[in-house]
Amino acid sequence: MNAPGGSLLVAEDLKKAYGPTMALDGAAFSIHPGEVVAVMGPSGSGKSTLLHCLAGIVTPDSGSIRYDGQELATMNDARRSLLRRTEFGFVFQFGQLVPELTCVENVALPLRLNGTSRKQAERTALGWMERLEVDDLAKKRPGEVSGGQGQRVAVARSLVTSPRLIFADEPTGALDSLNGERVMELLTEAARSANAAVVLVTHEARVAAYSDREIVVRDGKSRDMERVV
Amino acid sequence: MSIGHTLLGLLESGPRHGYDLKRAFDEKFGHDRPLHYGQVYSTMSRLLKNGLVEVDGIEAGGGPERKRYAITDAGVTDVERWLATPEKPEPYLQSTLYTKVVLALLTARDAADILDTQRAEHLRSMRILTDRKRKGDLADQLICDHALFHLEADLRWLELAAARLDKLKATVTA
Repeated sequence: MNAPGGSLLVAEDLKKAYGPTMALDGAAFSIHPGEVVAVMGPSGSGKSTLLHCLAGIVTPDSGSIRYDGQELATMNDARRSLLRRTEFGFVFQFGQLVPELTCVENVALPLRLNGTSRKQAERTALGWMERLEVDDLAKKRPGEVSGGQGQRVAVARSLVTSPRLIFADEPTGALDSLNGERVMELLTEAARSANAAVVLVTHEARVAAYSDREIVVRDGKSRDMERVV
Repeated sequence: MSIGHTLLGLLESGPRHGYDLKRAFDEKFGHDRPLHYGQVYSTMSRLLKNGLVEVDGIEAGGGPERKRYAITDAGVTDVERWLATPEKPEPYLQSTLYTKVVLALLTARDAADILDTQRAEHLRSMRILTDRKRKGDLADQLICDHALFHLEADLRWLELAAARLDKLKATVTA
């Protein structure tokens, strides 16, 4: 069941300080199922801290985050960890694939951690790799593929558990513009067809243009542009 | 864009009627702004007068619109010269947005607000172009990319301006 208003994830009045620095100072956020929302803002504005709080990786000092109507702060660590493994998917800018594993093993990893058999996990993984046009790399190790290919493998891995919410932090930051755009096309297409929502942190307008709407974070405060214009 | 040169260039591959020229132009370049028939015929009569095209044939029973045009040697030279001449980059020095930001600072209004609203408007256009690009062919992709890169450049300026608002305020209100 979704939270009131149909939102999948709602955050209100988030505050988080690192020492004397207020990384978040009353930030708010909401996302509906299947929606792609870009989080924009200059470096150091607090957008990555916001993403980490929303994903339950970092605990805010105050404020509320409700996923599917449930307050994250009231969940114990085991429950939050389960949520991250089963309901959330993650794509980062760098270094997310395990170098010792093949690409298909990397994609299958979240399923294996959830107890799925190797055969079943790798079959599902290969299906997602086909969608991301990297199935021919299944047996290669991350060190043997290009940056763009590696990022598609990482996107396949973020989708393999059929999450309802994907957190993407500068997913194309290390790619050239052609590869970056292809990754965004495939990520948003795959997410939309699976009705997964995407929180997309980016400072690039061309990447944000793949979203449905954007919020802007500045000095730890957020601004929902849909409500402004 | 020079419609005359474009129509001339299209005629290089062989003689065409005015209607065919319009269709070829619209297909290749007129996605957003198809040509009016009037534009085609006034352009062709100018090119005719200047000796860059000639009438290759007139269909029986036809009025002036049934003329078939062919490019002349002078026309080919003209197209060649046009293609070889670089386009002057636009100077982009008269920015309405800059004026608005300075006026907001001078009148103690929220300049960051103006930049945020403009960013949202730019992104709205970029979403439409990105969507068209995703569904379009290679020609569509290249046309949209051109527009997207320009909008992106505006946005980069906008972010830079946003980061320098305090400094700018000190300068303009000094």
